[in-house]
Amino acid sequence: MPQALEGSQAIAHAVALCRPQVVAAYPITPQTHIVERIAKFIADGKLRCELVSVESEFSAASVVLGAACAGSRAYTATASQGILLMTEVLYNISGLRVPLVMTCANRAVSAPLSIWNDQQDSMAVRDAGWIQLYCADNQAAVDMTIQAFRIAERCELPVMVCVDGFTLTHTLEPLEVPSQELVDKFLPPYRFARALDPLAPLSMGTLVAPEYFTEARHLHHEALLAAEQEIVAAAEDWGALCGRKQSPLVEVDGPADAKIGILTLGSVFGTLLDARDQVPGPPVKLMHLRCFRPFPVAALRAACAGLHDLIVLERAIAPGADGAVGAEVRSALAETGKPPRVHNFAVGLGGRDVPLSIYAHLLQAITKPHPRMSAIDLRPEVLPADLPTHQETRR
Amino acid sequence: MIEIRIHGRGGQGNVVAAYVLATAAIAQGRFAQAFPSFGAERRGAPVAAFVRIAETPIRRRCQVTHPTFVIIQDEALAALPETLAGLAPGGAVIINSQRDSQALSDTFGSTIYALPATQLSHEALGRPMPNTALLAAFLTLTQLVPIAGLKGALAPRFSGDVLAHNLQLIDQVAAATPDGLWKERAHAPSA
Repeated sequence: MPQALEGSQAIAHAVALCRPQVVAAYPITPQTHIVERIAKFIADGKLRCELVSVESEFSAASVVLGAACAGSRAYTATASQGILLMTEVLYNISGLRVPLVMTCANRAVSAPLSIWNDQQDSMAVRDAGWIQLYCADNQAAVDMTIQAFRIAERCELPVMVCVDGFTLTHTLEPLEVPSQELVDKFLPPYRFARALDPLAPLSMGTLVAPEYFTEARHLHHEALLAAEQEIVAAAEDWGALCGRKQSPLVEVDGPADAKIGILTLGSVFGTLLDARDQVPGPPVKLMHLRCFRPFPVAALRAACAGLHDLIVLERAIAPGADGAVGAEVRSALAETGKPPRVHNFAVGLGGRDVPLSIYAHLLQAITKPHPRMSAIDLRPEVLPADLPTHQETRR
Repeated sequence: MIEIRIHGRGGQGNVVAAYVLATAAIAQGRFAQAFPSFGAERRGAPVAAFVRIAETPIRRRCQVTHPTFVIIQDEALAALPETLAGLAPGGAVIINSQRDSQALSDTFGSTIYALPATQLSHEALGRPMPNTALLAAFLTLTQLVPIAGLKGALAPRFSGDVLAHNLQLIDQVAAATPDGLWKERAHAPSA
C-alpha cells in the first residue's frame, strides 16, 4: 500500500531502514527536511543512531568520515554551497576508500544566489572519486538510497545519491516504503575491514611519496570502474526483492530503432515522458543517465546505437566549455562506428520550470544551427540588448 | 488528470493545503502529486502550490500552468496576473472573500465561488487560517474526494484542539456549500 509522502520524508525512511549508526549534517535548503525527519525518528526512539549536530558541512563530512573509519554505518546529506564546503573532505573520504552514503538535494550554486534546483552542485564534485547516482523520481530515491549503502560497502567507496531539490524533495506523492525485513535481507550489517581499533593502531591518509601516489590514484580509478558491476548487481538484487524493476546504469524508454534520442539526468525525465505522449512526431528514445560516476560507457553506447541525433540535456553549465555530461557523452560515442550528432543543451537552471513544451522546442532546435552548448530555455529578451556576448550566444 | 493551483501568502498554509489534498486523494487509491513553488521564503510573500490528481501514475514534474481549479487564500492576490493565468476552459476558482460570488465572477470573467474563510477560521480556530475551510468548500463543490477523506488526511498532521476545531469547521463549511455544483467540471477530460 503506497503512502503519501514528501520526497524528503521518504528518503529519511529509506535511510532509517538501512540502520545507520551515525548521522551528521548541517541544515541547508532543500536538504533540511531529510535530516530533520531522521532526527525525529531518533528522538521518538524509532531509530537507534547517534545524530551529531555540527557547525558546518565541513564538519558534517568530517564526522561521517571518522564514524565510518571507526566501523559505523554513516550518512549525511547536503546541497549547493554545503557540498562545496565539504569538497576537501569528499576527496579524503573517497581517497581513503571509506564507504558512506550522502544525499545531495540538488540545488544551484551561488552567485547569483539561488535556493532552487539544478545540478551544478553535484556536477562540481563529479571528479571527487565518489560514485554518483541520479534519481528520476522519488520512488527511485527510496530504492537507490537502500542500494547505495550496499554498493558503498561492497566497493569501499562513498556513494552520492543525487535528488533534484524541491522538484523531488518537496513533492508529496504515493510511495512504497519497503519493510524492515526486506531491507535487512538485502543489506547485511556494516563491517569495515580497516576499521580503526585502538588495540591494533593504524594510520589512514598519511603522506604518500611520489613513488606510490600514482598507484593509489590508479587503484581509485580502477575501483570506480569496477563499481559498475556492483551497481548492476545491487539493482538486480533489490529489484527482485522489492518487485520494482531497476535500471542500473541508463534507463531507456522508447523504440529501439528511433533515430532521435534525448538523454537527461534527474526529474526532467518524467516530464519528457509525458510530453512525448502528447506531441505527434518522430519516434524518440528517452534516456535517463542514472549512473554518472562511474561513467557507463558501454551501456551508453548500447543505448545510443542507431541514433542519428542525440540531445544531451543537462542541468548545469560548465562556463566556457561543453556541458559536463555532453562532453563525456560525445567522447564515449566518438569511437563507435557511426556516432550520432550530439546536441548539447542546459535546461532548468536555478529552478526555472521545465515545461512539457520543452520537448517540442528541443526537437525543433536540432533542425537549425545552434551553438555546441547553450541554454535551451534562455530568455534573450531579458539580456542587455547591447551586450557583445549576447550576439555571440545567439549566433 | 485534474490540476489545481493554490495561491496564497507565506504562512497561510498553502503547501499544507496542497499536501493534504493530495494525501486525501492518495488515500482514496488515486494517484496524486503536490509540490510548492516557493518565492522569497518569508511570511506574507505570494506563494503558489500545485496539486495533480489522476487515475494513472503522474510522471511530469513541471508547474501547473493550465489549472482546472484555482484556490485563492488571499483575495488581494486575485488581481495579480499570474493568479488566474492559464485557467482551463470550464475551470473555476474558489476564493477567500466576503464578497458575493456572482459579483466576483463578473469582475474576473471566470466562475468564482467565494467563501469568507478568514472569518470562519477566526470563529472556529481563533486564527486566520483559511486553508481547511477552503478545501472543505472545494471538495464539496467538486466531489473530487469525500469530505471524510479530507478529515482523514488532517489527522496525521494535527492533534488536540487544533485538529478537533478544524474537523468541526470542515463539517460546518461542507454543510453550507452546494454539494456537487462543480462535479462536471471536476470530471472533464484534461491534458
